[in-house]
Amino acid sequence: MSALRLSDVAMLSDEPPLLNVTGLGKRFGGRLACRDVSFALWPGEVLGVVGESGSGKTTLLNCLSARMQPDEGTVEYRIRDGSIAELFGLSEPARRTLMRTDWGFVHQNPRDGLRLGLSAGANIGERLMAVGARDYSDIRAQAAEWLGKVEIEIARIDDPPQTFSGGMQQRLQIARNLVSHPRLVFMDEPTGGLDVSVQARLLDLLRGLCEEMQLAAVVVTHDLGVARLLAHRLIVMRGGQVIETGLTDQVLDDPQAAYTQLLVSSMLQ
Amino acid sequence: MTDQISVIGLHKRFILHNQGGVHLPVLDGVYFAVSDGECVVLNGPSGVGKSTLLRSLYGNYLIERGHVLVRHGDRVVDIATAQPRLILDIRRRTMGFVSQFLRVIPRVATIDLVAEPLRVLGVEAPAARARAAHLLERLSIPTRLWSLPPATFSGGEQQRVNIARGLVAEHPILLLDEPTAALDAGNRDAVVALIDTARQRGTAIIGIFHDRDVRDAVATRMIDIAPVERGRAEQNQKERAIA
Repeated sequence: MSALRLSDVAMLSDEPPLLNVTGLGKRFGGRLACRDVSFALWPGEVLGVVGESGSGKTTLLNCLSARMQPDEGTVEYRIRDGSIAELFGLSEPARRTLMRTDWGFVHQNPRDGLRLGLSAGANIGERLMAVGARDYSDIRAQAAEWLGKVEIEIARIDDPPQTFSGGMQQRLQIARNLVSHPRLVFMDEPTGGLDVSVQARLLDLLRGLCEEMQLAAVVVTHDLGVARLLAHRLIVMRGGQVIETGLTDQVLDDPQAAYTQLLVSSMLQ
Repeated sequence: MTDQISVIGLHKRFILHNQGGVHLPVLDGVYFAVSDGECVVLNGPSGVGKSTLLRSLYGNYLIERGHVLVRHGDRVVDIATAQPRLILDIRRRTMGFVSQFLRVIPRVATIDLVAEPLRVLGVEAPAARARAAHLLERLSIPTRLWSLPPATFSGGEQQRVNIARGLVAEHPILLLDEPTAALDAGNRDAVVALIDTARQRGTAIIGIFHDRDVRDAVATRMIDIAPVERGRAEQNQKERAIA
């Protein structure tokens, strides 16, 4: 009979994280929009950031994705060659390249993430051209393939997204972001403006794509149902601070902080 | 026999901050270990903390004090201190859980929902579906339902889908929280047979069963759990071996 002993517990020799955030803070005037946020994100991991409006979650997302310069702290990113870059130590062009090639950003409002006047195919193709694709027929073939993946009829490839429904626009935005095979995607309330039935379809799609592509993602949402379905791990924010973190089902089923308990108990079952 | 999971001095209480900060002590010093090929049944009245214990073992409830050691591949992990990523890996490869209720994923067909635990282990879709189909058949889920999401199924059907999903990956450790609560006699017997097959294969099983017949049919050992009494250091926990 072989018993388990505490002394047998293995120390983790862990792979390095993709993103490492330390002491991040951002001030608007005298007001702290977020402060002292630290966490690490590993490849293939989906992190949900939840909290009410004004909790600082969107500010955090904007700082992480280098769309906004934080006042304090560092954001380290492991580049494909294995070296570590501090985002705000990079030159502006280097940072832009990273954002264009290695990252995606899915906006709540697809109009912010699409070019409404261009065709659906061009919206996807533009992103491929940004990472160096030049062969027109290949770009078009990939665009068509991605329309299929996000469940948009191929026949709509030459139509501009202006003529699409909100749900279709959001799916197109996702295709545009993922076609270049990013390693990290930021999402700001990706199901925010959609009907419930459309939401379910989008969530299922996102969940499948994250899994299939082993994407790392930071998803900001105020919807705990969305968080439960998409995120492996949660950060709960309030007043610009992280007040609780943990495995998604643990935070939602056994919340520790008073605020998280309130948030979970206010949720419609 | 090798211990697959070992519970060492587990404590758990709930603090309800929005109800005046009331403290609810639930588990107060639980110790036991389960080896491969054992089926340990947790016994005790409703509300005594059996489900809380099971959920703590799975990492679903936060462990406040104590340790839950799990043999995970060739290493030993303490659920109480493991990072979320590692707990998710343990759930993928080592520890299965069947809860009372199925958490339906919108739009996902029953057969794919059941096959999913195999798919995330890298099993190809046809093979994973074949194994899922075999279990659904044994649990008498009509073939015509397999391509539908189980959201509209009856309680008993959903529970059987949940059992199939929990058993399909043949994890070395299996946690069962009342898997037969909503089933008729025929389906209950099918579940009992599946649990027994898993145990004979070497699975270490910890379960809660209110149905006495089921309990007697599957248990190789019982652990009685009594309520935590104020001021008592150790939980009243008694083991009974079954011949």
